[in-house]
Amino acid sequence: MRHFFAALCASILAAPAFAAIPHDGALGFQPAATRIAERIHFFHNDYVLWIITAITIFVSVLLVWVMVRYNRKSNPVSRKFSHNSLIEVIWTIVPALILVAIAGLSFPNLYYQDVVPNLDKIKTESAELLADGKSAEYERYTKNYFPDAAEKGFINVKAQGNQWNWTYSYPDIVDADGVPLEFVSNAVHKGTPDDKKKYEESTGRTNYDSLPRNLAVDYPMVIPAGRYIRYYTAAADVIHSWTVPAFGVKTDAVPGRLNEGWFLVDEPGIYYGQCSELCGIDHAYMPIEVHVVPQAQFDQWAQLMLAGDYEGAYSAVQTIAAIEPSTKLAANH
Amino acid sequence: MPMDEIALDHHHDAHDHKPPFFRRWFLSTNHKDIGTLYLIFAMCAGIVGYTLSGLIRWELAEPGIGPMLWIVEHLQGVQGDAAITHAKQFYNTVITYHGLIMIFFMVMPALIGGFGNWFVPLMIGAPDMAFPRMNNISFWMTVAAFVLACISMTVPGNSAGNGFGGGWVLYPPLSSTTGHPGPAMDVLILSLHTAGIASILGAINFIVTILNMRAPGMTMHKMPLFAWGVLVTAVLLLLSLPVLAGALTMLLTDRNFGSQFFNPAGGGDPVMFQHLFWFFGHPEVYIMILPAFGIISHIVSTFSKKPIFGYLGMAYAMVSIGVIGFVVWAHHMYTVGMNVDLKAYFIAATMVIAVPTGIKIFSWIATMWGGSIEFKVPMLWAIGFIFLFTVGGVTGVVLANAGIDHALHDTYYVVAHFHYVLSLGAVFGLFAGWYYWFEKMFGIKYNGFLGGLHFWLMFIGSNVLFFPQHFLGLQGMPRRYIDYADGFHTWHYVSSIGYAITLVGTLVFFFGLAEAMIRRRKGEANPWGEGATTLEWTLSSPPPFHQFNELPHVTTKGGH
Repeated sequence: MRHFFAALCASILAAPAFAAIPHDGALGFQPAATRIAERIHFFHNDYVLWIITAITIFVSVLLVWVMVRYNRKSNPVSRKFSHNSLIEVIWTIVPALILVAIAGLSFPNLYYQDVVPNLDKIKTESAELLADGKSAEYERYTKNYFPDAAEKGFINVKAQGNQWNWTYSYPDIVDADGVPLEFVSNAVHKGTPDDKKKYEESTGRTNYDSLPRNLAVDYPMVIPAGRYIRYYTAAADVIHSWTVPAFGVKTDAVPGRLNEGWFLVDEPGIYYGQCSELCGIDHAYMPIEVHVVPQAQFDQWAQLMLAGDYEGAYSAVQTIAAIEPSTKLAANH
Repeated sequence: MPMDEIALDHHHDAHDHKPPFFRRWFLSTNHKDIGTLYLIFAMCAGIVGYTLSGLIRWELAEPGIGPMLWIVEHLQGVQGDAAITHAKQFYNTVITYHGLIMIFFMVMPALIGGFGNWFVPLMIGAPDMAFPRMNNISFWMTVAAFVLACISMTVPGNSAGNGFGGGWVLYPPLSSTTGHPGPAMDVLILSLHTAGIASILGAINFIVTILNMRAPGMTMHKMPLFAWGVLVTAVLLLLSLPVLAGALTMLLTDRNFGSQFFNPAGGGDPVMFQHLFWFFGHPEVYIMILPAFGIISHIVSTFSKKPIFGYLGMAYAMVSIGVIGFVVWAHHMYTVGMNVDLKAYFIAATMVIAVPTGIKIFSWIATMWGGSIEFKVPMLWAIGFIFLFTVGGVTGVVLANAGIDHALHDTYYVVAHFHYVLSLGAVFGLFAGWYYWFEKMFGIKYNGFLGGLHFWLMFIGSNVLFFPQHFLGLQGMPRRYIDYADGFHTWHYVSSIGYAITLVGTLVFFFGLAEAMIRRRKGEANPWGEGATTLEWTLSSPPPFHQFNELPHVTTKGGH
């Protein structure tokens, strides 16, 4: 096991910027990179997890208590009661109230992450809050809705699942003929002995050993930091599912349907996900790699990709420039 | 038990008129013999399903493709790159048939066919099931279905080998000709159709038996909770299986006759299959657990020497779980791209089920409260059940929240959750019933030490096996992966150690069974004493070949 851990550490150290990948022995979520994930983590770690732990401990304590107090030695003669209306009402009402308390946080969270925001509405509402001098409300609003990013509009990306890779297209990034940027993102590792050879031959790169196994791809999806991303999922053959755990998003790619979702990542870095709907033989070998880069770097990458210089574009997003903390959108980083 | 006093008026014939071997076991119409056949069958299927899960844990103990590759190279004779492709497909078929076999050919035949057949007539004071010949055909169709499932594993699925590797949920287009053009899927559809018909016939039999053949004086509200559990289960089967049959038939015509029900190119929709499947699939999970609920109630009452606390609440909790179980199916589909308001509805409906489930947990504890508990083997399994079902239940509440499920859907968190309620819930209920009724069914005593050892090995082993999978799921480990990123290694390794512990436990189980059969210590009519109040304990062990030739009269004095 030790050499896997060493390989893991090496891969982290070799990575150019912050990378969200699974950590060996970890007990919880990967660190949140979006407000959506932050809210999921808060809801789970700081709320539901406490409730379910308390319930489990409560039931365990009751079980231990009856086993100690009412075993044959401590209580040779059993009592014969079989009813107590009050306690039955209590253990119906109290769980119901606990569920209402969970739902109270669950519904706002669901609507927040599931409904793609209306950017015009965000601009007006935040402007109104500022105009009314409600700075505390504005702070809270900003944390969830990012008015500055709303000003810049959406970056649209479509992820199409194929057996067994992802095709990414950027409908708004077009070349001189109006053809949008579109490319296929293949897994580097496919579980075969000559993965390295095939990767090096097809790309001419030498960085195979620094790539995290079963997570890296040849041409990653690239998005700018601090921008609203609206993604669409579609599928060419069978059902796939596009997800990045650190973003807290997961959307199935279903043939005949175009699903949508959104997220906004503030922290530049490399984020990984893996196909999450059984899609056949190479289901485990169609990972998702997302490079979140500053806007200028994104524009450079997009130009190189449009020009057909895939390797140049790849190099352009390998080292990810940091963003000045002052320009970050979320107030809570 | 609601019956405070049971008055019996029956006599046993001196000779039982048992038919000769072939007629007795192959053309059986006796509910106890058919029950035994179901138990033997479930044990065989269980061995197959459990072996498949062993292959999964063996493969996942270390990263990379290991044992699966060895198997295809040595058993299928494929080499090189093709061997790797075949190994991946083989892994997918292993997880698929593990799920299908455990559900349709292990848990359901054991709990419903086995214990249901054995003890529903005994508990309600009936001489046999309402339709004994239909009972026989239900059993043999289940066997035929299992044979078909095994055949399906050995015929071509797709270009990468034999069998269907699309998961037990059978989602098209992976299950249509796009994903699996070979005959494996067609044979599997035939298998599930056959199993479905068998279960529908069995369900009709149980419903008619329970509604019409209760002994005089045994009203519905005096009926033992196991019979209640089986009644609700049978109604769920009767209402949900035809929907599965419809979906399977549409899939069959899509595959073979050019229909386009689930093909978007022809105006169909793959998501419609998911709705139909889960309309069956969600009640199905209650089908697997409700009989176990009934068994646990009897065991807890027997060994606490106390009547069941809140009998009516317990019965109607099962009824309400059954009813609500039909309106929550799409919580399995939060990520397919459903309307957000629909998700909100399914969150609310799903969480409601926690209320009757909570009533059951608390009522079991209240049954023990004030009792004089004896920790005999069945009681160990029952208490283990209550704890583990609580753990599986609360993670269900977590997953009910679509907001969290977006992160956890199709990860190992879900695998951990449903194995806690099924592998540790239904299966613990199954073993609890086995040790509770073993002496009654076979007229011999098992070794209590071996039974206890079996329990502790399974309890520790399955917790080591499944608890770390919560951590994997939270870190983002997707389900149904033959290979994983290196950051998932430690917990996968621990999980596989847990499987090894359960393997020792399973060997102890079979050793205990063999020991009991060799020693043949003579069983008593009622080994459990005053706490065992249901009708089966008034009969000899094993019960006479035909019981209740004169029906028992059930009377209640002073209410309950």
